[in-house]
Amino acid sequence: MIGVLDYGMGNLRSVEKAFLHLGHEAKVVGDSASVAACSRLVLPGVGNFADGMRLLDERGLREPILKVVASGRPVLGVCMGMQLLMTSSTEDAPSDDAPVPGLGVVPGRVRAFTPTRGGAGSDGRPRLKVPQMGWNALSFGADADDASAPGSPLMAGLDPGAHVYFVHGYYCTPDDPAVTAATADYGGRFCAAFSSQNVHACQFHPEKSQAVGLKILDNFARLPGA
Amino acid sequence: MVKGVNFVELRDAGDPVEIARGYDAAGADELVFLDITASSDNRDITYDMVRRVAEQCFMPFTVGGGIRTVDDVTRLVQAGAEKVSINTAAVLNPDIVNQTAKRFGRCATVVNIDPKRVPYDDFVARTGREPEWVGSARPDGESSTANPGRFVLEVHTHGGRTPTGIEALPYAREVVERGAGEIILTSMDADGTKVGYDLEATGLVADAVDVPVVASGGCGSPEHMIDVLQQTRADAVLAASIFHYGTYSIAQTKQALAAAGLAVRPAPGAQGVIGT
Repeated sequence: MIGVLDYGMGNLRSVEKAFLHLGHEAKVVGDSASVAACSRLVLPGVGNFADGMRLLDERGLREPILKVVASGRPVLGVCMGMQLLMTSSTEDAPSDDAPVPGLGVVPGRVRAFTPTRGGAGSDGRPRLKVPQMGWNALSFGADADDASAPGSPLMAGLDPGAHVYFVHGYYCTPDDPAVTAATADYGGRFCAAFSSQNVHACQFHPEKSQAVGLKILDNFARLPGA
Repeated sequence: MVKGVNFVELRDAGDPVEIARGYDAAGADELVFLDITASSDNRDITYDMVRRVAEQCFMPFTVGGGIRTVDDVTRLVQAGAEKVSINTAAVLNPDIVNQTAKRFGRCATVVNIDPKRVPYDDFVARTGREPEWVGSARPDGESSTANPGRFVLEVHTHGGRTPTGIEALPYAREVVERGAGEIILTSMDADGTKVGYDLEATGLVADAVDVPVVASGGCGSPEHMIDVLQQTRADAVLAASIFHYGTYSIAQTKQALAAAGLAVRPAPGAQGVIGT
């Protein structure tokens, strides 16, 4: 049974329905006992990083999540859920030196897109609109010209250039670049997905990414269990 | 930056769920359902429709029309709408934009702006204010006999019938300030004409704000999409009738945009979707 964690951050129905559509058993879980009973866990979420951590703690879900991670069962963070797996985030932090702590499962920082990240356009104005809202292409190698096949089993079967749907103003920067499973370009490359042993995550919304996204969710549901 | 090709649902155009499935399969980048409640007093029908679309279409979709309160927004999000588009309510009670953004985030908060050009004298007489922007002509080239070439871009509601006394540019900045994460800009001068998007109004609004702007109204061909995407900072184009009546397919449209050098997501079956 795939558990889709409900901690009060956003719409979980579409993630659950996507797994059901693919023929996998899935249900929304919200308490410690049902999280512990899942064979694999999805940590979704939209919204603010600090709110997300506060809600996880208010509901006593931090330890149950960390236990699932430690048990080797497959975990998938989506969007804000990906970011919460990191060490810390600069979102709403008093300063970059005092970031908001996350779950600390994957070492690294969550950082903000800035409109000037890609430099100025030909009209002299910043190129980027923040948040990024829309489709973008994935790469699995060093850059967009590197047509490597995916290394992570989460991305198995996808071609370089496959498009997925992003809605985010912040992105993860893992300390270990080797965990990066896919990148995309938004004023420069950023980590669009990572796989670190049994812990996987995507910044985009697979449940909103049509056939490509469903393939990723199906891959997750078929990963070897613990 | 990838440009979106969005599809807007037409009122009374058949079962929205079936239509949504068709456009999902055809590779539309996003579905936008507007004014679906306007034709029905039974709002439960809307929530049920949204729920069924969300269960079957794994793609972004926006629902708007008839939203009056944050409770309406909450019910739409709970039914599975990823984004809600607020139009008249944002004019009458702008705080609904702040409340929606606070509860569901900027990314879920879309504001529809329907500007229409009105003669300068008429605007000043009604509002007693000097407008921020005065334009030279309507997209159809027609000028005012009273004041040749003097127009104000005024926000309208009720499909362009009701003027609000509010100018489009300061209004666009205000709703973004209040929390709108996206603007759907439907020019009431261009809407229904099929002679092309309102390049002037779209350009002005897209330059005034730093959130994505979706151009809407007036599309008669993929060339019109290319024009507005190349000549303005619009991020996506929305069209209904050219797809609905089968004048152009989504795949055809995307090929035309790609051939013009615009970054678009290929339609299914094209290269780069899923490996075998």
